[in-house]
Amino acid sequence: MKLTDMSNDINEWFNGSGPMADIVISSRIRLARNLAGHKFLSRCSNAEKSEILDKLRDVMMSLDLGDKVFYVSVDKAPSLNKHFLVERHLISRHLAFGKGPRGVVIAEREFFTAMINEEDHLRLQVLKAGCQLAQCAQQMNRIDDMIEEKIDFAFSPRYGYLTACPTNLGTGIRVSVMLHLPALKMTGQIEKFFNAAKDLSLAVRGLFGEGTEAASDLYQLSNQVTLGVSEADIVSRFEKTIIPEIVEYENAARRQLLSKQSDLLDDKISRAIALLQNAHLISSQEALFLLSHLRLGINMHKYMGASTPAIEKLRTLCGAGDGPDEASRLSITTINRLFMLTLPAHLQLNCGKTLDATGRDALRAQIIRSALSQDTPGKS
Amino acid sequence: MQCQICNERDATIHLTEITDGVRTEMHICEHCAAEQDIAVKSHIPINELLSNLLAVQPTDEEISGGSDQKLACPTCGFTLAQFRKEGVLGCPGDYEVFEDVLAPLIEKAHDGRTTHCGKVPLRTPVDAKKQLELLNLRQRLEAAVRSEDYELAAQLRDKIKQAEM
Repeated sequence: MKLTDMSNDINEWFNGSGPMADIVISSRIRLARNLAGHKFLSRCSNAEKSEILDKLRDVMMSLDLGDKVFYVSVDKAPSLNKHFLVERHLISRHLAFGKGPRGVVIAEREFFTAMINEEDHLRLQVLKAGCQLAQCAQQMNRIDDMIEEKIDFAFSPRYGYLTACPTNLGTGIRVSVMLHLPALKMTGQIEKFFNAAKDLSLAVRGLFGEGTEAASDLYQLSNQVTLGVSEADIVSRFEKTIIPEIVEYENAARRQLLSKQSDLLDDKISRAIALLQNAHLISSQEALFLLSHLRLGINMHKYMGASTPAIEKLRTLCGAGDGPDEASRLSITTINRLFMLTLPAHLQLNCGKTLDATGRDALRAQIIRSALSQDTPGKS
Repeated sequence: MQCQICNERDATIHLTEITDGVRTEMHICEHCAAEQDIAVKSHIPINELLSNLLAVQPTDEEISGGSDQKLACPTCGFTLAQFRKEGVLGCPGDYEVFEDVLAPLIEKAHDGRTTHCGKVPLRTPVDAKKQLELLNLRQRLEAAVRSEDYELAAQLRDKIKQAEM
């Protein structure tokens, strides 16, 4: 499969579907594993890294995942392709810009990837739309079982699965959800979320993982403790306590915007529409920031029945009138498409050439203008 | 609980200060905390957390009076100095070799937990002894290839295959 076959559409887990999709964009589970009888990567020669890579790639390519898989040799991939895979959350920055023989096995529907020779020998990832952590965990466990039938992982009865960094030790599981929290931000209460996360020993990261900013009001929330708590307990704590609590914070902030600060809400949405409809140069950061406000407006209509002048305007733009539900679904898909397809590497892969920053900003603005133009509603 | 400063909003920040053995408590809201310049740091990235933990760990010298400062893993040659620098270990065996230093650190990183709970491998895992044996064989194999002793390398390769069975 070619990357350009993927780059002109969004992936399945980013299509705005799934439980609690108005706030929980996607669910992800990662597992860290290392082969028994091998050193960790920091002490491996390139020859040993190649041996590990070959062994794990063969195993990953032979798994029955119910979908076709393909392999990308990351150390040999052009820089643009690496950026593209990071933008799609299929690989981490660590894998993209690391050193030595390394690669990734990707399921064509993008719900599963296996990064080989990242920080650990193997980093498995399962992704789904909306709040579906239990389903992710179930699928991940099944895949991990299939792998363990073929190879042995480094394991100690006391410390569990042994990882290069002691912070991943034990289950090696990293459970995370991507949350859209624009109302908490707008009402100045985002610190509440940060503090809650801290109290619960959870890590908050930006859109593209560790060290990145929270673009577009999207935050990744994940567990930090991996030792001494079972996979099932970590997942169930997220589903039963953590996610409902934060979703309620955000919903309360949305209700507050509607009842007490509707001018603020309408101002943000209207400005976003005006800028996105008229800009001729727009940076990725600005586009993500503005698209977040459109997503908020559409979801507030769909899930809370909100109707303000700006939200109504937004609905006309998105082709409302064919029944509210269908219109809303279409709109969120449109917003998410614009969101992903105007990221720098996506833009360049799709137009077939490398562009400088100004070229990208112009093309991005053009794509967004045409999708949001009133004459041709963005029914893509 | 109400904020002790404004007496209006809910107190969500609870400060405990101990000066000369005297303990004082303060309960304030986020708004007043910001006005008082009390920084509420909400997010510690995991690498920062780790380096903070490492920073408060006693140094090699403090632990061993200097004699083990150069303690290196017999299997991968890894030292604690390297761990402090890189934040990752050299081989699974390091968890045993450096146990004294790592155990408190692991406990802190995992909210006081010290023992695995959760999934165990389906098959009986390769035991620690065998894992170390494999690591040693691979180490010797690399050395043999480096010194172009291909006869020894071939023997070691056979032994690795046998050990992996």
